[in-house]
Amino acid sequence: MHECPVCEAEVTISADPVEGELLECEECGIELEILALDPITLGEAPDAEEDWGE
Amino acid sequence: MRVGFLHSLIRRDEKLLIAELRRRRDMEIVFLDDRRLVFDLETRPPVDLVLERSINHSRAMHALRLFEGVGTACVNAYEVARRCGDKILTAASLRDHGVPQPEVRIAFTPESALAAVEELGYPAVLKPAVGSWGRLLSRVNDRDAAETVLEHKAILGSYHHSIFFVQQYVEKRGRDIRAFVVGDECVAAIYRTSDHWITNTARGGRASNCPVTPDLAGISLRAAQAMGGGVLAVDLFETGGGFLVNEVNYTMEFRNSIDVTGVNIPERIVSYLRRAVP
Repeated sequence: MHECPVCEAEVTISADPVEGELLECEECGIELEILALDPITLGEAPDAEEDWGE
Repeated sequence: MRVGFLHSLIRRDEKLLIAELRRRRDMEIVFLDDRRLVFDLETRPPVDLVLERSINHSRAMHALRLFEGVGTACVNAYEVARRCGDKILTAASLRDHGVPQPEVRIAFTPESALAAVEELGYPAVLKPAVGSWGRLLSRVNDRDAAETVLEHKAILGSYHHSIFFVQQYVEKRGRDIRAFVVGDECVAAIYRTSDHWITNTARGGRASNCPVTPDLAGISLRAAQAMGGGVLAVDLFETGGGFLVNEVNYTMEFRNSIDVTGVNIPERIVSYLRRAVP
């Protein structure tokens, strides 16, 4: 079980996680990033910057 | 083949590409997180090619230049990223290659920008030269609105907001087209439909399949070639006089377009990589 670092709700991780992966906490809606895989460590994703995009 | 996967945050688009790369027995992924890279201008990364999927334009563009500087092939190439990432360079490149686009004006002061808006007529669209996802676009419907937006940009924005890119407003009747180009093929296209004048899917635009007609494929390929070619998403308006190219995106997002088009876009991108290595 993995916990949202903001609201402590349970967060579902995909079967093939990668470092840097973006997730959303279904409980509080915050965007999270997988910071490390072993063990799985979650942190708040960075805010969008001005030059983000396609 | 060792594929350097240049990234920052990994979204669903990147996960789909990673899954496709992992399916290929002849490909190995080397993750290159742009937040951890340090370049020394000399060291070549241990990869045969870099696939650029960075969410930051400035990091992507500079990293591509530095990788190419040590002889590493990149998809997309640095020059492609540079042209696509700046709407002024995009417009100039489209013009150089005779690709139809909406009327544009570029000006460097609020006063000359206002004159440019007045010349194009209302409504007109003010866009930041660098930006994406439909952010900070302004449709100005009259002189009062134009003066206000220009003043705000000049005073509140960083220096590059004082380079003014003005585009003729094209009435798109609630939708525009995004065409996906991979190499020398237009592999798929979607309509992006919205009640809002900004139809980006990042802003709530709905995706549906758009048939790839010879005309659509032709102009999309010409636009892609004008940028330097590669893996590109071409945004187009439909008008009575034919298609107009609005923008070209070099780190294209495709996650909402696979199911509606029935085209496995990440598979097409990964298949292209081998052709991109000299």
